[in-house]
Amino acid sequence: MIAPAPLKQNQPSQIRVRVLRQDGPGQDPYWQLFDIDYEREMNVISVLQKIAAKATTVDGKKVSPVAWDCGCLEEVCGSCTMVINGRVRQSCSALVDRLLQDNPDEIVLQPMTKFPVVRDLLIDRQRLFNSLKRVKAWVPVDSYYNLGPGERLPRVDQERAYPLSQCMSCGCCLEACPQFNKIELTQEAGETQEQFEARKQAAYDTAFIGAHAISQAMLFNQHPTGKALAGERLDALMGPGGVATCGNAQNCVAVCPKEIPLTTSIARAGRATTVAAIKNWFEGSGEKKEQRVGE
Amino acid sequence: MAQHRVVVVGGGLAGLAATMKLAELGVKVDLISLTPVKRSHSVCAQGGINSCNDQTRQLGDSEWKHFDDTVYGGDFLNHQPPCKEMAFWAPKVIDLMDRLGVPFNRTGEGFIDRRRFGGTLYKRTAFAGATTGQQLLYALDEQVRRQESEGMVKKYEFWDFLGPIQDETGRCRGVVAQDMVSMEIRAFPADAAVVATGGNGLLFGKSTMSVFCTGSAASRCFQAGAKFGNGEFIQVHPTAIPGADKLRLMSESARGEGGRVWVPRKPHDSRSPKEIPQADRSYFLEERYPKYGNLVPRDIATREIFDICVNEGLSVETDRMCVYLDLTHIPKAELDRKLGGILEIYEKFQGVDPRFEPMKIFPAVHYSMGGLWADYVKSADGGLLPGAPRNQMTNIEGLYAIGECDYHYHGANRLGANSLLSCIFSGLFIGPSITNYAANQKGGHAELPSSVIDASVASQQRRHAQLLKGSGGDENPYLIHQELGDVMTRSATVVRRNDQLREAIAQVDDLHQRALRVSLSDGGNWTNQNVIFAKAVQDMIPVAKTLLHGALQRDECRGAHYKPAFEKPSLTAEEPGERRRQAEQWCDEFEANNRRFLKSTIAVWDSNSNQPQISYEDVDTSLIPPRPRLYGLVGADVIEEVWKERAAARAEQKAAQPATA
Ligand SMILES: Cc1cc2nc3c(=O)[nH]c(=O)nc-3n(C[C@H](O)[C@H](O)[C@H](O)COP(=O)(O)OP(=O)(O)OC[C@H]3O[C@@H](n4cnc5c(N)ncnc54)[C@H](O)[C@@H]3O)c2cc1C
Ligand code: SF4
Ligand code: SF4
Ligand code: FES
Repeated sequence: MIAPAPLKQNQPSQIRVRVLRQDGPGQDPYWQLFDIDYEREMNVISVLQKIAAKATTVDGKKVSPVAWDCGCLEEVCGSCTMVINGRVRQSCSALVDRLLQDNPDEIVLQPMTKFPVVRDLLIDRQRLFNSLKRVKAWVPVDSYYNLGPGERLPRVDQERAYPLSQCMSCGCCLEACPQFNKIELTQEAGETQEQFEARKQAAYDTAFIGAHAISQAMLFNQHPTGKALAGERLDALMGPGGVATCGNAQNCVAVCPKEIPLTTSIARAGRATTVAAIKNWFEGSGEKKEQRVGE
Repeated sequence: MAQHRVVVVGGGLAGLAATMKLAELGVKVDLISLTPVKRSHSVCAQGGINSCNDQTRQLGDSEWKHFDDTVYGGDFLNHQPPCKEMAFWAPKVIDLMDRLGVPFNRTGEGFIDRRRFGGTLYKRTAFAGATTGQQLLYALDEQVRRQESEGMVKKYEFWDFLGPIQDETGRCRGVVAQDMVSMEIRAFPADAAVVATGGNGLLFGKSTMSVFCTGSAASRCFQAGAKFGNGEFIQVHPTAIPGADKLRLMSESARGEGGRVWVPRKPHDSRSPKEIPQADRSYFLEERYPKYGNLVPRDIATREIFDICVNEGLSVETDRMCVYLDLTHIPKAELDRKLGGILEIYEKFQGVDPRFEPMKIFPAVHYSMGGLWADYVKSADGGLLPGAPRNQMTNIEGLYAIGECDYHYHGANRLGANSLLSCIFSGLFIGPSITNYAANQKGGHAELPSSVIDASVASQQRRHAQLLKGSGGDENPYLIHQELGDVMTRSATVVRRNDQLREAIAQVDDLHQRALRVSLSDGGNWTNQNVIFAKAVQDMIPVAKTLLHGALQRDECRGAHYKPAFEKPSLTAEEPGERRRQAEQWCDEFEANNRRFLKSTIAVWDSNSNQPQISYEDVDTSLIPPRPRLYGLVGADVIEEVWKERAAARAEQKAAQPATA
């Protein structure tokens, strides 16, 4: 870790914040400017809190408070992702003093671009959680009754699993990925809520699954009990929108706030799916499915 | 058997554990949460989760000792049957979490590693790096996702719970909640409802808790008639990093590894800390407690830091209270090796490297011991009767409370690493209780009369519409929240004085009036965070009042509740006979005080006067007789001697009784 450069002594009395706002899905986005009083040790969350309390733009216009999402305020819940001065990151760990060092004129806040905007900086990340279902990111235990401890686990295995297990579903890796494109559907006239949900689900299920889910698949494929579903997870990763879609741009790993070794996971998934594909090819995929049912 | 349906409000550890267990038992669950459940506040827990284990057992530990540490730590205000059950379940809870894939740290041989936490002599605490809560929550989140994909669970995330639905008999038949995106208000009819909505740190403005911890859900149950227990017991952690938005926890290990706490002797010395010579520094913990130095127990450290800033005016800064926690005298390499992770947190959020500059820290509200009153059924062996419908049920029939929002596991002070345990335990244990309850009810979720549903929804719609319309007032909910936080922090955290509490009650009464006259800057009906927050602030106030009244009426010191005016004095006499007499008197007073205050504080909300009504209920201390906590008291040895004699006499008497009866 490099010792941070000392901060500038003379800080401004006010900070200008430029926010990309949008009143609802499908509406046109627009910029709004806010001036707020500078305080030491602020982060982007406290900036937004001040904007919420004041709700007045630079030209003195009363506006509705900016909508945004946050939770833990210590970079472990994954809620507060947004694009800050052009870079996707968690807003709770975005310190104002540092941002001003890079750009003293203003702080620019935008919603993530790969997810549908709900309102202002608030986006809909259902698709991200849906990907976790696609790869069955869980350990298929028999029951929640008391059946004694799990298998003994060598320390090296724990040390390999722990970093992957810290993924907080923030979506930074997806925002940065050139292969991950926004899906924004709107309910059609005459379509019920259920039909709309089903159509959304189908679209999510075939689009690129993303680095975080590939990494979770690898996490559970190495778990002693989680392994039982390894074949199904690889099938999901071989399907449309699976690991082959990844163009290996490595943007994901560069922006992950938890420094998860995503490209290592992707490489492992790539190798594992190749091996599985060759095996399927030799065994004939129809035969393989029957076999699984019989197992 | 009819298909049961249960609504669970809250998807932290407690809510998720209950959800997955209910799903396993074949119950359909609607799971409601302010946030995607994976983002619940439980992710913040760092330290670990307790259980007696094979290693500690061989050193003399047992489930019973874990139970004993829990109630001793809680100053005997814990209800003993549930605590006993929890301690005996603890090893099984850890086994289950292990099977679910939690990457607990391992020993060289591959067993789960343990560390020691405060309040015990044994290494009971299992941990997963510095993110144990996150790892436990994820394991449960994954199982609930699995149940969701099998159609047993339906999640309603970004939904705000507004209140229970009660039929004409008062029984809970579901809940009303609001979609925070579309603002739709709808009913969730159910055979039973569970609230697992966590703590209420936001009453204090800023705390170590997440922004979701408003306590609004518990307050809505309270205002609907649920009893609230032990509200005045709030745990304050001695060392947190004061931030503009949140007070982030700084682990005790910083002091454990040699960190020194100090302030400049001159108030608000404007020199940078490194330029202040030793002679101008006050290492006040070392000066006042030469024996323990910086490693005095949590509550003492908290009080001293508070005292030096508030009463002596020696805070490092003028506009904010804090003291230095200094590690700069320790070689950098050693710090990196031992404290790397936690120093990174400081650096990440403060932008200052604590290896070169002293950290600034201050105590922060950390945990709510009190919460919704919940029942239990005692078993013959003194634990809980599994599957009894009343376990964890509030006084509203069919409404259950679990996790940090219940009140009976942690007494006057929570033991470190016991909360994650109580959350998962209560969540798992409640499953069969609920199915048994539901099986014995006449009307299920499908038979709820539409008139009851409509009335519940309509009353919430009225409240919502009124807020959007405005009452002609111009109060800003954000500012009211700030003021409430200031009042509560000043009067009801570390040190409590009756004059200050009375003043605070008057101020909060006034804030209550003002909160009802809020004017919103957003009158729209799409993702209106303004109105959601305004409701939360309004609903914080009944709990705040409960806390203040409970604290005012409790004229004693117990656990986290510290009133210097009622502190029990040390022994003063030197002469052995006189010292013994003083010890006898001390014990008499201790017993008299227990007769008066070894009780749960119970509040019920009176909506006519808009005030809580406080009464007291007995605590079940049938398994481990209360004994004094004598830490650091002069004459502790004599008091202990007297106490033991009395305890032995009582035990003899008790043993003799059944024979004569
Ligand atoms: C910084 C920190 C460190 C800690 N470390 C430890 C530790 O090491 N060991 C330990 O044992 N304990 C620790 N604790 C305590 C422990 O983390 C909590 O007590 C525990 O996680 C609470 O879990 P819960 O399930 O009761 O509630 P939470 O995790 O708080 O979840 C509450 C749920 O309720 C929902 N909810 C709340 N209000 C509403 C509403 N109005 N409508 C709908 N949904 C709602 C939320 O969305 C959330 O899903 C720590 C606490 C903090 C603050
Ligand atoms: S490596 Fe793959 S997943 Fe990562 S950013 Fe590139 S294309 Fe996306
Ligand atoms: S892999 Fe990293 S960037 Fe992607 S969702 Fe997980 S924590 Fe966020
Ligand atoms: S608020 Fe939780 S990650 Fe930023």
